[in-house]
Amino acid sequence: MSEDRRSDDYPLARRDVVRQITEGQDDLLVIAGLGSTAWDVTAAGDRDLNFPLWGAMGGAVAMGLGLALAQPERRVLVITGDGEALMGMGSLATAAMQAPANLSIVIIDNERYGETGMQITHTAGTTDLAAVAAACGIPVTGLVLNQAELDAALPVILEATGPVLHVVKVRAKKLDFVLPPKDGVHLKNRFRRALLGAEAVI
Amino acid sequence: MNWWQDIFGAFKANDVAMVAYVPDAGHSALIEACVADNEIRAVPLTTEEEGVALLAGAWLGGAKGVLLMQSSGVGNCINMLSLAATCRFPLPLFVTMRGQWHEFNPWQFPMGQTAEAQLNTAAVETMTAAAAEDVAPMAAATLDMAYSGGGMAALLLHQSLSPVKTFDQGGGK
Repeated sequence: MSEDRRSDDYPLARRDVVRQITEGQDDLLVIAGLGSTAWDVTAAGDRDLNFPLWGAMGGAVAMGLGLALAQPERRVLVITGDGEALMGMGSLATAAMQAPANLSIVIIDNERYGETGMQITHTAGTTDLAAVAAACGIPVTGLVLNQAELDAALPVILEATGPVLHVVKVRAKKLDFVLPPKDGVHLKNRFRRALLGAEAVI
Repeated sequence: MNWWQDIFGAFKANDVAMVAYVPDAGHSALIEACVADNEIRAVPLTTEEEGVALLAGAWLGGAKGVLLMQSSGVGNCINMLSLAATCRFPLPLFVTMRGQWHEFNPWQFPMGQTAEAQLNTAAVETMTAAAAEDVAPMAAATLDMAYSGGGMAALLLHQSLSPVKTFDQGGGK
């Protein structure tokens, strides 16, 4: 096995990781990046306070930042993939500058582009996204490689004063699709209705 | 009153809570006013497309935002505009134009010439303020089309509204 295929053997499974993070967190506001992480949050249970993206690659962190600034009393979780995060790396600098205490970012890093044929991303090579986040000024960052490290990271992801960013290394494995609704207006309206009430739907 | 104060007044009249921007000479006084306002969160971006996603998230959370840029920033936004288009997120843009009036930098011509067409192709409604007295009614209309109409609307501020920019150092260069 070549060095850039090391994620074939990582111990953590992405759907187990996402389920462990979101299970029982009924008040959590979730933005999921396009592709596999949108399917992961849906496999853990489709809910009105999930906003799974089907496009807008590179926008998940910025969208989570806007939500976190607008809802400072609520925990906001951005779950996205390494490819999506690489496309929006500047938004880590923007999020660090705004420093919302309620924003948590989890990058589910399988070192591949899952929707286009499992080609390797830059994280299979030289790029360390947790180090990038730390260098941008995200005050709490972590790298999670196994279940013990995930157990330790969970309370930080869900409760620590943020912004917080964890890179969770997961096994590169193509999984069955678990698709959320794809109509964007529906996703927006159900989220705002659940968060702000029926009068928030125009 | 300067035209930027008309834009700021429209922001306040609409309870705008977030102003996202990449620093820009034409918008500098407006940006300073937004930074100084206690009810507005001013968010500097690394690239304009971040602002499209940022404002979508803000709207999900119940906050109204606007995005400021110059014409070159329009090109940085094109794919991210699909987020606002597909989900019908309100998106008001205020664009200072380059490449159309005493422009000294030919590298500004391409986006100056194509920004409006690109916005229209991406389904963003546009109007151009060519004189200072246009700005107040057009700023109000732009915000109304976004927040009441639930659409994407851009006010293009003609370059003649901004001071002529040169790199002259006083030595006749």
